[in-house]
Amino acid sequence: MKTLVLFAHPALQHSRTNSLMLREARQIEGLTIVDLYAEYPRFDIDVEAEQQRLLDHDAIVFQFPLLWYSPPPMLKQWQDLVLEHGFAYGEHGTALKGKLWLCAVTVGGPEDAYASEGRHGFSLRQLLSPLEATANLCRMPFLAPCVLFGALGVDNAGRQAHAAGYRNLLEGLLEDRFDIAAAGSNNLISAARTLELTREFTP
Amino acid sequence: MTDALFGAFVYLCAAVLVVPIAQRLGLGSVLGYLIAGIAIGPLFGLVGAETEQIQHFAEFGVVMMLFLVGLELQPRQLWEMRHRLIGLGGLQVGLTAGAVLLLAVLLGFDWKIGLAVGLVASSSSTAIALQTLSEKGLLKSDGGKASFSVLLFQDISVIPMLALLPLLASPQLLMDAAGSVSDHAQSATLVDGLPSWAVGCVTILSVAAVVVGGHFLTRPLFRFIASAQLREVFTAAALLLVIGIALLMTLVGLSPALGTFLAGVVLANSEYRHELESDIAPFKGLLLGLFFITVGSGIDFGLLVQQFLPIVGMTVALMVIKAAVLWIIGTAFRLRGADRWLFALGLAQAGEFAFVLLSFTLDNGIMPVQMERMLLLVVALSMLLTPLLFILFDRLILRRASRSQQREADTIETQGVAIIAGIGRFGQIVNRLLRSCGYETVVLDLSAETIDTMARFGIRAFFGDASRPDLLEAAGLMHAKLLVVAIDDRERSLAIVKYAKRVRPDLHVISRAYDRVHVYDLFAADCDDIVRETFDSAVRAGRSGLEALGVHPYDAERIAQAFVKNDRHALQKLAELHDPAIPPMENGPYVAMAKQVREDEESLMAAKRQVLKGAIDKAWSPPTP
Repeated sequence: MKTLVLFAHPALQHSRTNSLMLREARQIEGLTIVDLYAEYPRFDIDVEAEQQRLLDHDAIVFQFPLLWYSPPPMLKQWQDLVLEHGFAYGEHGTALKGKLWLCAVTVGGPEDAYASEGRHGFSLRQLLSPLEATANLCRMPFLAPCVLFGALGVDNAGRQAHAAGYRNLLEGLLEDRFDIAAAGSNNLISAARTLELTREFTP
Repeated sequence: MTDALFGAFVYLCAAVLVVPIAQRLGLGSVLGYLIAGIAIGPLFGLVGAETEQIQHFAEFGVVMMLFLVGLELQPRQLWEMRHRLIGLGGLQVGLTAGAVLLLAVLLGFDWKIGLAVGLVASSSSTAIALQTLSEKGLLKSDGGKASFSVLLFQDISVIPMLALLPLLASPQLLMDAAGSVSDHAQSATLVDGLPSWAVGCVTILSVAAVVVGGHFLTRPLFRFIASAQLREVFTAAALLLVIGIALLMTLVGLSPALGTFLAGVVLANSEYRHELESDIAPFKGLLLGLFFITVGSGIDFGLLVQQFLPIVGMTVALMVIKAAVLWIIGTAFRLRGADRWLFALGLAQAGEFAFVLLSFTLDNGIMPVQMERMLLLVVALSMLLTPLLFILFDRLILRRASRSQQREADTIETQGVAIIAGIGRFGQIVNRLLRSCGYETVVLDLSAETIDTMARFGIRAFFGDASRPDLLEAAGLMHAKLLVVAIDDRERSLAIVKYAKRVRPDLHVISRAYDRVHVYDLFAADCDDIVRETFDSAVRAGRSGLEALGVHPYDAERIAQAFVKNDRHALQKLAELHDPAIPPMENGPYVAMAKQVREDEESLMAAKRQVLKGAIDKAWSPPTP
């Protein structure tokens, strides 16, 4: 299925994991990648163009680092302006129905901190619930987010492994090899899991 | 008059016809000039007696070349290379002279003659070596830098050599020399007849005069001349500078090339550097070419045929000895691989100073005429063979070498260079923005006054008309990553953009635009970014006006963004329809589109709909039931 990656990172020069993931993604043929901060440095989002992009693709992947428990500001601006009433939601807003919504997130802290008993007091899934609710309202299946925990302290091998997993995921989506049902049963997807989910699978 | 015209015609013909062919065949321009000289001299007999005089005149090309080399050099670099200079250079001269002396004595010649020949043989050709090195872009390589040090030292060493050689005279030959007529008569110098301590003082004073004068007097002088805004006067001033220094140096018995080199080094940091470079370069090119033509045409083929084996033998011996000495000292100074080969082969010939020294030896009774004539041939032959050695180097050695010039250039310039044409109100801001992020900029401006003002604020700018290709190239057009055309002259800016895009289609060019039509012209010229000089400021004023009228600042910001987007979209559509050959008003499709754009705007305004505000209001508006 036609896959769109909406990449939002306000400071690529400080990013090692996300920039590596982006580099991997750029090598995939047939994938559409939009660096939102590069496209709209003044936050002057071209609503029509973005809406057309959504119409043209079947799976939307949001790649971003978790900053203060949410996506970067650009994604909020994008949601506010692009997901208009009558287009994305509302009685006649069915343009996005059935398109997949997948988050690819990098989180600085360790996995155990993101739990109700953990340091941050909320699980990642809980923190991403605004996005999930948005997807639901737009009638888009919200897939289990693909996540890398401990991104601040990860070593090169770990980084490479995650980027490779991310690449599997994207290629799987593109080539219709992604086991959506199996993905749904998970809370979160790690890079290692993506191999299983994208094995020669006929939907 | 006809003679002079005919002579000039013949020389120019030879150069224009032969050199491009030589270049095409990969033989290099130097060999081309030499062949051209052979063609018009010995071969077709078109020129003859006046060759020697022309050669003296053309030697000035070497003087100019050293000036340009000095301009490119930073004084700090000169100081840093002092070890190489004295070490490499000194050893090269010493060992070569020694080796030749040894050989001469073994062959049964007088040691005085042997030493004289050794000193003559030790000099290499600055013109050929530097010209070829810079043509091949190898000047900055290790081999190139080492060669440069040796050549520079040889230049300096000519002075003590000229002092030493008369001591090697033999009384018999001196009497012969006194009776003969020589074209190479040393003109009287100011220091003739002064005691040696006075000579030393005069030398130091002259050098000091060049350095101090160059540093303090040139700026006000050039500013005064530049204010006339006449290009040819500035060219004349540049020539005046070079000729004046050469004159001073000759009068005190020093090498003029050394003097102009020093002057070049002193002026290397001047804001007039690029202008000087681009003014002197054509003269240097022509004079050097002329010099090589005269060398070629001066080859005495008669003598060559008569004494073929001895002469060829001596040439080969000379070059082998020189190359061997260079190889040894190259190894001692840690040159390796391709660089060592370049160093050894590039300087293995005898140089143009050898001509000067040889005639000096004749006048001072150091060697017999016959020998001097044969040595002249040896020198000329060795110069002729050098380009072939370079070809050998290219084909055999460079191919195999893994190191290349490109990689070295990358490490030197870690950040790309931006050229900014124009340092007025527009260019200043661009320059400040780029420099505050650490990017190196080269700024050009036509007004000497502006340059001075900028200097007071610590901004470096160079004087010159940026629409001149040679100035742009001197400023580094071929290696730049960005060109910003910030001048207010519409025609000139268009010319610059067209030229830059022609020679560097990959270069990112940003241009200031005066108005809509200028935008269309720049668009047609493939300019990458076109910035209307008042547009953004006017939009800002409009936005500020909206806020003053009560519009919320964020709304005003978004309205302004929408306005800019619409306007640029319309402008692009019109630019695509604009034909530079037809005035806009006579261009059918253009007029139709312009009308349509205007009608759209008017109808919306007539409908009293708040066009932009309406579009903005859609965002964040609550869902309508």
